[in-house]
Amino acid sequence: MDTVSDNLIEIHDLDYSFGARKIFNGLNLTIKRGQVTAIMGPSGTGKTTLLRLITRQIVPDHGVILVDGVDIATLNQTELYDLRKRFGMLFQNGALLTDLSVFENVAFPLREHTRLTNRLIRHVVLTKLHAVGLRGAADMMPQQLSGGMARRVALARAMVMDPDILIYDEPFVGLDPISMGVIVRLVRRMNDALGISSIIVSHDVQEISTVADCSYLISKGTVAASGSPDELNNASSELVRQFMHGMADGPVAFHYDAPDYAEQLLGRDAE
Amino acid sequence: MFRDLYYTIFDFVRTFGALQLFFLRLLMYTPAVLSRRFGLVIGQVYNAGALSLVIIIICGLFVGAVLGLQGFSNLSRFNAEDSVGAVAALALVKELGPVITALLFAGRAGTALSSEIGLMKATDQLSAMEMMAVNPIRRVVVPRFLGGVVAMPLLAAVFSMVGLLGAHMVCVPLLGVDVGSFWQQMQQSVEVADINEGIIKSFVFGVAASLLAVWEGYNAIPTAEGVGRATTRTVVLTAIVVLIFDFMITAVAI
Repeated sequence: MDTVSDNLIEIHDLDYSFGARKIFNGLNLTIKRGQVTAIMGPSGTGKTTLLRLITRQIVPDHGVILVDGVDIATLNQTELYDLRKRFGMLFQNGALLTDLSVFENVAFPLREHTRLTNRLIRHVVLTKLHAVGLRGAADMMPQQLSGGMARRVALARAMVMDPDILIYDEPFVGLDPISMGVIVRLVRRMNDALGISSIIVSHDVQEISTVADCSYLISKGTVAASGSPDELNNASSELVRQFMHGMADGPVAFHYDAPDYAEQLLGRDAE
Repeated sequence: MFRDLYYTIFDFVRTFGALQLFFLRLLMYTPAVLSRRFGLVIGQVYNAGALSLVIIIICGLFVGAVLGLQGFSNLSRFNAEDSVGAVAALALVKELGPVITALLFAGRAGTALSSEIGLMKATDQLSAMEMMAVNPIRRVVVPRFLGGVVAMPLLAAVFSMVGLLGAHMVCVPLLGVDVGSFWQQMQQSVEVADINEGIIKSFVFGVAASLLAVWEGYNAIPTAEGVGRATTRTVVLTAIVVLIFDFMITAVAI
């Protein structure tokens, strides 16, 4: 049986709406310490929103989010920033600071939060850039990088403070197969070697299956299924099977709600 | 219709209140930024100030030259063309220097501030800072605001100075005004109070223009269209606010 300390993040009964649209409706989810947890789901289910809620970039309408047993809604700004120093986050588009070089981007958290000497900062930054294969790009500016390279630099920046929790928002999009393989192994290796916990939001069922310990499939504002990749792959639920095997037909409609196709083409929908 | 009017007024009051709170937040962070991140402020003084020098110098020169021409042609009707130096100096120092500099500043530096901050927001750079436990208002907004506040009075001073040179170039060598009268009449009629009025105006305009620029950028809708609209609003609002403040300060000074 699990003890409380095994649970790094607990989400209870979470509701969140964006305008009139309800994104989450009574979501419950637990992220275990030391594991790679994947959050999957069809487009538009609010996976990125969930990451923003966990890091309190936005606040829920209702419900509690506990990190290490502490309700993050109760933290003041200093406490929140102290908590965020334990997080490393990889944004979907990298979010590199465009006025700083690759080196300075990775050095940014160190310069802001530590009093390390320039020599030491150089060592740490080059080590992290080497890990993502971009030590040679240290002097380049973000606009000179391809999308995949920018995301790798952002990954180096996310891990430069040696965080306890690494959060990846769609880390595999736009990576070539070689980089993808290296990054997948890096995610797993960092998680195990440094004893950190990782949360990955992704559509990439195949890649996720090789790296995640536990996956949550989110649909219609709540957790539709959870378990190890194997369990999800062999699940009997139609929704899980449709998503895991990429089938066009199933409970999740490929088409966004629309009037009848023929009626619309004939112009009868406006009448 | 009354409903629309109600919502328009309600929105205006709410936005104005939020702007004041935002201004207070900037002021609250200012001592810490000045003492710990002085280098960032210097960088922004360079961006808003030094990089605006070309436009300020060219415009100042021609505004001064036109003042010289107009002053000479109008004053010569009263046989007072020797006073053209004094008239040009008073007009530049008290009025045209601060006002035109503020309008040019909004067009050159204000738009750059708005679009830069707006694009940083649109590309998640501000969120990324938040996630790295770095306060983006402190790291990005306050240094840019302070850079503008410092740069604006300096630019206005440069504008007035270059304007006087422009007036001199037109009046003395071209129109034959006596060089001694030109400078001496200026020295006699321009008082410290006039210069102070110009300094106060340029400082107030600097605060207004920089505040509106960073406010619009920070609150821009994070899309290409939203950033474009924020940039336009910066110029339009700054022009309106500067001219209203100009009237108010002049009324108090006189």
